[in-house]
Amino acid sequence: MPLLRFIAGRLVKGVIVLIAIATMNFFLIRAAPGDPASVLAGEAGAADEEFLRQLREQFGLDQPIMTQLWIYLTDIITLDLGFSYRQGRPVLELIMERLPATLLLTGAAFIFSLTLGIIFGILAARRVGKWSDTAITTGALFFYATPLFWIALMSQIIFALWLGWLPNTGFRTIGAGYTGLRHALDVGMHLILPATTLGLFFTALYTRMMRASMLEIAGSDFVKTARAKGVPEGRIVRRHIARNAILPVVTLAGLQAGQIVGGAVLTETVFGWPGIGRLMFEALAQRDYQVLLGVFFVSSAMVVLFNLITDVVYRVADPRIEVGR
Amino acid sequence: MIQKKTGRALATTALALLLSAGVVAMQPQDAKAEPQRGGTVQLAVTPEPPSLMLGLFQNGPTQMIAGDIYESLLRYDTDLTPQPSLAESWEISDDQLVYTFKLREGVLWHDGEPFTADDVIFSLDVFLREVHPRWRPTVNAQVASIEKTGDYEVTITLNEPFEPIMLSFEVGTTPMIPRHIYEGTDYRANPMNATPIGTGPMKFVEWDSGSYVHLERNEDYYLEGRPYIDEVYYRFIPDAASRAVAFETGTIDVLTGGSVEIFDVPRLEQQDNVCVTTAGWEMFSPHAWVALNVREGALAEKSFRQAMMHAIDRDFARDVVWSGFGTVANSPISSRTLFHSTDLPEYAFDPDRARELIAESSYDGETIDFLVLPYGETWTRWAEATRQNLEDVGINMNLVTTDVAGWSERVGSFNFQMTHNFLYQYGDPALGVSRSYVSSNIVQGNPFSNVMGYANEEVDRLFAEAANAASEDRPALYQRVQEILVDELPVLWMIEMDFPTVYRCDLQDFITTAIGVNDTFRDAWLQQ
Repeated sequence: MPLLRFIAGRLVKGVIVLIAIATMNFFLIRAAPGDPASVLAGEAGAADEEFLRQLREQFGLDQPIMTQLWIYLTDIITLDLGFSYRQGRPVLELIMERLPATLLLTGAAFIFSLTLGIIFGILAARRVGKWSDTAITTGALFFYATPLFWIALMSQIIFALWLGWLPNTGFRTIGAGYTGLRHALDVGMHLILPATTLGLFFTALYTRMMRASMLEIAGSDFVKTARAKGVPEGRIVRRHIARNAILPVVTLAGLQAGQIVGGAVLTETVFGWPGIGRLMFEALAQRDYQVLLGVFFVSSAMVVLFNLITDVVYRVADPRIEVGR
Repeated sequence: MIQKKTGRALATTALALLLSAGVVAMQPQDAKAEPQRGGTVQLAVTPEPPSLMLGLFQNGPTQMIAGDIYESLLRYDTDLTPQPSLAESWEISDDQLVYTFKLREGVLWHDGEPFTADDVIFSLDVFLREVHPRWRPTVNAQVASIEKTGDYEVTITLNEPFEPIMLSFEVGTTPMIPRHIYEGTDYRANPMNATPIGTGPMKFVEWDSGSYVHLERNEDYYLEGRPYIDEVYYRFIPDAASRAVAFETGTIDVLTGGSVEIFDVPRLEQQDNVCVTTAGWEMFSPHAWVALNVREGALAEKSFRQAMMHAIDRDFARDVVWSGFGTVANSPISSRTLFHSTDLPEYAFDPDRARELIAESSYDGETIDFLVLPYGETWTRWAEATRQNLEDVGINMNLVTTDVAGWSERVGSFNFQMTHNFLYQYGDPALGVSRSYVSSNIVQGNPFSNVMGYANEEVDRLFAEAANAASEDRPALYQRVQEILVDELPVLWMIEMDFPTVYRCDLQDFITTAIGVNDTFRDAWLQQ
């Protein structure tokens, strides 16, 4: 029961935070120079006052700003994310259309980096000082320090251009008309490069954290006691060390999970992945206010949600932790 | 066949000769080759357009894709000679006031409805008059009436002679809009905007947001056997380096102009079966310059502006920044369009002369802000090269960066000192050139008006007179206006730009008209 009360309390707080975020986003976006009408005029290469006036009237930009905010907030409360006049479609529809691709990408990257990070972290900690530890930590440092876009481009050049093993852009082979298993395989092939690229940074992070945390706990008294009792080494590593060492990794994983919806802008752009990150990036460049606010809203909702889930997972991973109020 | 026409033009007109100088590699051509049916073509277009409804949106990518869905009354040869499209013939009265267009019969909209004179009247007189930022001023100022004079005949009567109207009937300026879908509706809210209906060789199939637009062959197209290509995919790949890799790996067949970084072109051109052309932009002839806010400071002084013109090395910019693409510009009117004068003084690259002129001006070392045009890497490099040129002669420059919306906003509200800009010329000075220099167009709100704030009564008068003058009187008037502008330099003309298209040489008759990058697939076919 305390768990349920905790969750309910956090949800109420979450809603308040979300409304505050939405209001801040609204003003933040308006602070950027230019508006959707001036962008369209710029792109058209020709415009007159009448053209701009027609667009602003259609976009509702001729209304006073507080009226626009009021309309936006009342819509948000009814979960109506508005309408993108630029694209002529409801924002929710645009986001829902892009959501599966993003979830697939960030979800795959999440599982990839968490699994690999924990495994590498344990391996390195078990063989500390040996060459395999050096190799893993050097690799982790390299991918931790290298900019994502460089890895993205290099992987395209190596695996798509030189070796020809993998496609370098897009979600699937366009015009091939694959269905069923063939389609899934095709999407999988397209997924490998972006998911790996996106996952590498967090893999490195998890590896380093897991290794450090393992080493710290390996020196604890209860581990010595277990050894003295004659508990087999594998069991010590699994039950005593890893289980305790994983807590900081869970915290970090919670952070990464929060970014599952909005955090893949760069990867999606470089790999032409039709996800939400690109939708947001393009909406920003085009000052497509409604789409931008919509993506912000969905992403912040996800962060709030995943923070909550992280707290609950703590409890499962370590029953000694009580969920607070 | 179309190749032959180009060949003749090459032999006969100096204009076409100049155009061909920009063509880097012509496709290996067997002039007698018989077009083949079938095939799929994938093109990279960037950025993803907001809409494909060409009447409402005129963005470059919208035109590139929708230019094959919609059609207008005419098409144009690469030397801007009108050719039949939806109008199969036309007559111009001797007083140059009455234009009669005979429409092609048996043309169907993509939904099966017949195309008639009513659609033309609706498009020109109602729909586009209300919404199109380039057709609206022309029709309101120049046209007395647009009348249906038969089921397949339309007569346009002008107030005064206005020769440039014959260049207005390309698909980007006056796309034919289906009356049965739009009449009486709120145009911008019409749900059919999502599934455009035209008469063109390609039909809209699907738009997968963030990925591609899919078009297919219009089975009922009125030209027997055309179009030749079955399927076309326009793909949206946001990153320029990834686009180049996708072309190299064979994922896409065409990098359209503007979607390939200019410094990648020489490398791609080296590869097998890769062709590069700069054709298909003749109607637009993008003219790049440095816009100067001539309202105040040293920039208001003619001698200072002339000094900058001598200080900037335009040959270097063309050869290095633009990888050899383009022609150095010496006049407000592009040498690739009509009425360009070759009899004008030129500003040679001469830093010593520039220093002399600066000494005569009131400039004393203040920093001038240069707003970098946010259209990609090449423009940033160009701004850096320009700064270096100007610093060499003692002008201090500060580069200011922003994004596209910020740039439009600042330039459109005259909140800048210097910036790069490039404008389409639209074939005739009255359509694409005068707008930048006449004082009546010093209006806020868009970066393509006379944002410089340049005002000269003589220039205003000459442009107004030339627009409505009889054909034979126009060259002299434009000669005079070019002389004044070249002396006064409201902007610093830099380069007549090329946007090379990179494509597989299997594509034949790929670009055949003055807007060839937009109306590609009526003629194009794939060598199999």
